[in-house]
Amino acid sequence: MGVDIHVENLNAWYGQTHTLKDINLQIPANHATALIGPSGCGKSTFVRCLNRMHETNPIARAEGTVRIGDIDIYKDASPVEIRRRIGMVFQRPNPFPTMSIYDNVASGLKLNGFRNKRVLDEVVERSLKSAALWDEVKDDLKKKSGASISGGQQQRLCIARALAVDPEVLLMDEPASALDPVSTAKIEDLIFELKSQYTIVIVTHNMQQAARVAENTGFFLTGTLVEFGKTHKIFTNPSDKRTEDYITGRFG
Amino acid sequence: MRLKFTVYSHGFNKVAWENAERVPMNKPGSIQLPQTVLSERTQAAEPVVEAIKPPSIVRSFLQSKSSGKVADGTFWGLMIVCALSIFLIVLLILSVLVVNSKLSIHTFGWKFFTSSSWDPNSGDFGALPFIWGTVVSSLLAVCMAVPLALCVSIFLLEICPLWLRGPIAFLTELLAAIPSVIYGLWAIFILVPIMRDNVGPVLQKYLGWTGFFGGSNFGVGMLTASVILAIMIFPVISSISRDVMKAVPIHQREAALALGATRWEMIRMSVLRNARIGIVGSVILGLGRALGETMAVTMVIGNHPDISKSLFAPATTLASVIANEFSEATGDLYLSALIEIGLALFLVTIVVNGIARLLVWAVTRGNTARAA
Repeated sequence: MGVDIHVENLNAWYGQTHTLKDINLQIPANHATALIGPSGCGKSTFVRCLNRMHETNPIARAEGTVRIGDIDIYKDASPVEIRRRIGMVFQRPNPFPTMSIYDNVASGLKLNGFRNKRVLDEVVERSLKSAALWDEVKDDLKKKSGASISGGQQQRLCIARALAVDPEVLLMDEPASALDPVSTAKIEDLIFELKSQYTIVIVTHNMQQAARVAENTGFFLTGTLVEFGKTHKIFTNPSDKRTEDYITGRFG
Repeated sequence: MRLKFTVYSHGFNKVAWENAERVPMNKPGSIQLPQTVLSERTQAAEPVVEAIKPPSIVRSFLQSKSSGKVADGTFWGLMIVCALSIFLIVLLILSVLVVNSKLSIHTFGWKFFTSSSWDPNSGDFGALPFIWGTVVSSLLAVCMAVPLALCVSIFLLEICPLWLRGPIAFLTELLAAIPSVIYGLWAIFILVPIMRDNVGPVLQKYLGWTGFFGGSNFGVGMLTASVILAIMIFPVISSISRDVMKAVPIHQREAALALGATRWEMIRMSVLRNARIGIVGSVILGLGRALGETMAVTMVIGNHPDISKSLFAPATTLASVIANEFSEATGDLYLSALIEIGLALFLVTIVVNGIARLLVWAVTRGNTARAA
């Protein structure tokens, strides 16, 4: 089951650039939340702050309070503990090319010392089924490398890999932007299925995608959260002029 | 509220498009979009910058150029010549070695490679102690250098603060540029006393039971030669493996980190795993350098053609016996035997490299691992 995310006064920097300015946001559990905005507006930085991936860049830093469930991720826990509880799917599919499909899915569990073969088999099968990939790869789970399948399959493999560790939150940073429309549709269906069990935050450039999968949408512009609310309201009756301009295609 | 919550909501009037009167497509320029379809879009967008007309001077310049066939052909020919010259050089070296060692080959046959006597006075020559010395000192050196080199590369790439990276990388590469005779001198004055007075006794005390550290220790011998070789090949292995690890895409590191990997787990899972072929390549290069290294080794190995179990014992290598004895080789057979030593070194290098490549192949077989 997913958990709520509370963000208070979150600021982030890359070197001297102030990329996120005083973000305050509440993301409800077991719903999909979309983040939209033009390139460079800080939405990717924002999701990377939610699992402390932002600080893996040596020149990056973040300040503020992010509570995931009941833990303050910048105070109560180490980045490693946080990332074990939060799955992340990146813009470019990044399966481990030297591992088989099976090992890719099992990698998160094996990393943490999970060795029970029978349970591993189960988890791999369940994760691949949740990621709608099982039927396509079940015959060469251990024969094929994670990089030998198609781009869309690789991205679903990455989703399966993230699901295998049973995260409470699933972050997706433009998960379909490198994929063709058919694969994109599959990923979207998947998000639709998964959001009953996980809290999903999805960054997207594609406004129709946001409209299709998310209950809530946030609009970012130059490092600030301009508007956050029900997706339907954001797209039909935005309260901010800048949101309206963006979604009607006047700029961005 | 004029916005529609549909796919078509931004800047495209679907109703107008469907109701538009279509003109037959067979006349040039006949596609006329009704103004209503475009109206929203053209109003919304900024006026487009007027299309730049290509200046005719560019076209005439490009059209006056030749087809490039001659240039391409010349380039192709040049490359082929360069590539073939590699084969030619190897063949020439091999043939010179074989021709000049004919006398020794005829006299000793295969026994040359299995006999361990080296007696210029009675004209009895065998290469085994030299082959042994070369292979053992090089392998020991690689065993010592690889962990050190990998640790330095990993430290530089993943852990080192940014301001310290440049200086350490520069110093590592500087080590590779020091002439080997300088290493030899340093080894004689610094390393040999340390091995004799500090390292040797400790090894003898704790690992003496293995038999590898028995006998008297003068500081000059196989172990000291291996250590100096390790220091010499470490920069090669380190800088190449660092480049290979650096080439592992950042998204691979992020994949591991996002799964909750610690820094070390990330390095093992993403960096080392993806870069392993390149790392083995760097080790092979280091091994090649160790096999052929002459001067520094000659200065500290003791130059005694003997196969001993103890690593403290003086030994010798193929390269150092040539360097030591070539100028004083009297008699055709002696000279011929020394040249056959050179041939043996050539073959040892090929065989060792072959085995290393075979190992790489065996490890990565059936895997789509990339060489990064």
